[in-house]
Amino acid sequence: MFALDILQAALFAAALILLTPPLGLYMARVLEGRWRFLAPVETAIYRLCGIRELREMSWKQYAGALIAFNVIGLAVLLAILMGQGFLPLNPQNLPGIKFFLALNTAISFVTNTNWQAYSGEAAMSYFSQMAGLTVQNFVSPAVGVAVMLGLIRGFVRRTGTTVGNFWADLVRTVLYVLLPLAILFSIVLAGQGVVQSLSGYVTATTMEGAQQSIPMGPAASQIAIKQLGTNGGGFFGVNSAHPFENPTPLTNFLELLAIFLIPAALTYTFGLIVGDSRQGWALFGAMFVLFLAGFAASWWAESQPNPVTHVPINMEGKEQRLGVMNSVLWSTVTTDASNGSVNSMHDSLSPIAGMVAMLNMKLGEVIYGGVGAGMYGMLMYVLLTVFIAGLMVGRTPEYLGKKIEAREVRLAVIALFVPSGLILVGAAIASSIPAGLTSLANAGPHGLSEILYAFASALGNNGSAFAGLTVDTPFYNLMLGAGMLIGRFIVIIPALMIAGSMVRKTAAPPSPGTFPTNTPLFAALLVSVILIVSALFFLPALTLGPISEHMVMLQGRTF
Amino acid sequence: MKNILIDYLVALRAIVVFTVLTGLAYPLAMTGLAQALFPQAANGSLVGPAGQPVGSELVAQKFTAPKYFWPRPSASDYGAVPSGASNQGFTSAKLAAAVEERRATLGPNTPADLLYASGSGLDPHISPEAAEYQVARVAEARQLPPEVVRHLVANATEGPQLGFLGQARVNVLLLNRALDALK
Repeated sequence: MFALDILQAALFAAALILLTPPLGLYMARVLEGRWRFLAPVETAIYRLCGIRELREMSWKQYAGALIAFNVIGLAVLLAILMGQGFLPLNPQNLPGIKFFLALNTAISFVTNTNWQAYSGEAAMSYFSQMAGLTVQNFVSPAVGVAVMLGLIRGFVRRTGTTVGNFWADLVRTVLYVLLPLAILFSIVLAGQGVVQSLSGYVTATTMEGAQQSIPMGPAASQIAIKQLGTNGGGFFGVNSAHPFENPTPLTNFLELLAIFLIPAALTYTFGLIVGDSRQGWALFGAMFVLFLAGFAASWWAESQPNPVTHVPINMEGKEQRLGVMNSVLWSTVTTDASNGSVNSMHDSLSPIAGMVAMLNMKLGEVIYGGVGAGMYGMLMYVLLTVFIAGLMVGRTPEYLGKKIEAREVRLAVIALFVPSGLILVGAAIASSIPAGLTSLANAGPHGLSEILYAFASALGNNGSAFAGLTVDTPFYNLMLGAGMLIGRFIVIIPALMIAGSMVRKTAAPPSPGTFPTNTPLFAALLVSVILIVSALFFLPALTLGPISEHMVMLQGRTF
Repeated sequence: MKNILIDYLVALRAIVVFTVLTGLAYPLAMTGLAQALFPQAANGSLVGPAGQPVGSELVAQKFTAPKYFWPRPSASDYGAVPSGASNQGFTSAKLAAAVEERRATLGPNTPADLLYASGSGLDPHISPEAAEYQVARVAEARQLPPEVVRHLVANATEGPQLGFLGQARVNVLLLNRALDALK
């Protein structure tokens, strides 16, 4: 059993490493517009939308277009959700979603968070799932890639003031990367038993004579892009624990791989675009080390018998076909990437495994991270690291040949630490007022963990949950909705501002005093910076939540 | 001002185009393909006569009679719209009480997957150990030799997929149908 578990985890890591160069190369070529084998479709989309794809944008114009796209996307999705009762493809005659929940959900999908305060099978019509949520599942990761491309151009362009064309980046990501992969993956999923049907729910008469309603829907097409786009919003409420979302161990393996696939390959894409693939591998390496450490800690913790119930295997909230190892591999991967889908209930994880998931999100979703978002988030940490390295050796820090100055470091610090601070502020408010506390499902330290997890998930744009917390209340819908918006744009805007200021700087050739950023030493320094700054931030809160729970659990206490 | 207005007009047209492409054309094409290629899998892996299904191979249903194998506990009582989990943590008194209650009903040394509720509330499988644990009860209720029941369990047991993925498991609904088919 243990040998098979090790083999599965090793194969997952091997597949990830092997697929990174080819997919990374492909993305570099199509995103730079050098491979345009779908040119007629691409051009048709530009003409239909009125996009002038060759027009170069300043960072302000780029950000303006991005905000316009998100504002319109939010409004359209809100209208679809609230109006689904009057729209087609609603065989269960589900009523429109009420305002607070619809607003929370629309923000959630537009910001690539995919937090869910509803159960899809009981609340969402097929039309809402397809024409509403699936659309944002495609375009929200594409927005992430666009921001990443804008930021990279800031570093690599040698002259000029512009960072690319937002619309072209958006269209190319959807057309060349997300859509082809999603088509392939949907077919595999449907073949394994993920439902893909437009007919109404089926009523079965069970062997003992009871009636059981079995939900249907176009799930495979949505789940493919939910994983590939690091979205994570399930078609069904229990997400990828549901046998119709993740029916076999094979779908589980492929869905796990799909979560990391694009964010990992983007490190290679980055290396190619900056002209030194070792720059990409250094980031990949730092991410891989953090992933492995989190997975090992979670797996160890989850393999210890619960001293309260004295049951040897921790199967509460887990599925028999998947087991403990596949559940903690998933809980690590989904919180490293800003995916947020779950194949086991994180609320029922052991305190330490739950803490690892929480900490992964609090690091800012940079361990591969969201599609595009993981790269631009990691680049914020890189700037902070070269700044600290510069302080240590007493030189002006530089990255990829350009000087990093006070303005860029200040912006990176805002992007990294405002979300962290707001996680703590939000959790503090929720744990001191009745509107926050009445939603708890667990008492004692685990209750605080439920609240902390919710705010970490919202601000980190993750979307997974300690799902016992009742979050479909006006308080949580609004607080977490605001958290998701702030968490998304407090990183995007500074990242684009940095792109705007970097692109104006002239590059200098490396000198003997330049601190190289394409080495294992730099990757190690980067990992230390990430761990030290985030540990300082969150250690007190984690001590009150999961660490306390672990201690009292060892004494066999319950709440 | 004019440029901002243009951005919003482009954004509106882009959302319409993406909705048609990724929100309608893509899922409808996938539905067509899946229905043509894998009609059984894409329609819920239903079991039983066409039009009168007894359930889905992938969705647990409630069994309480001694003559049937029982599935894992379900926090949603095997309701599928919506299904759900207990979401109780390691130090939850409610979880400890639920486990004690199940132990009292099922007996000592009950395998873990029968003491703990599944994540989906619809887990269609139990472990081979959990099946073996129930063989004596089912055999007695059906007045069958345990070897006959054990043989059916072995037939219904799947090993790890492709030899190495996931865990060994027994599909409860298929096993119970095989039991009822014995004559």
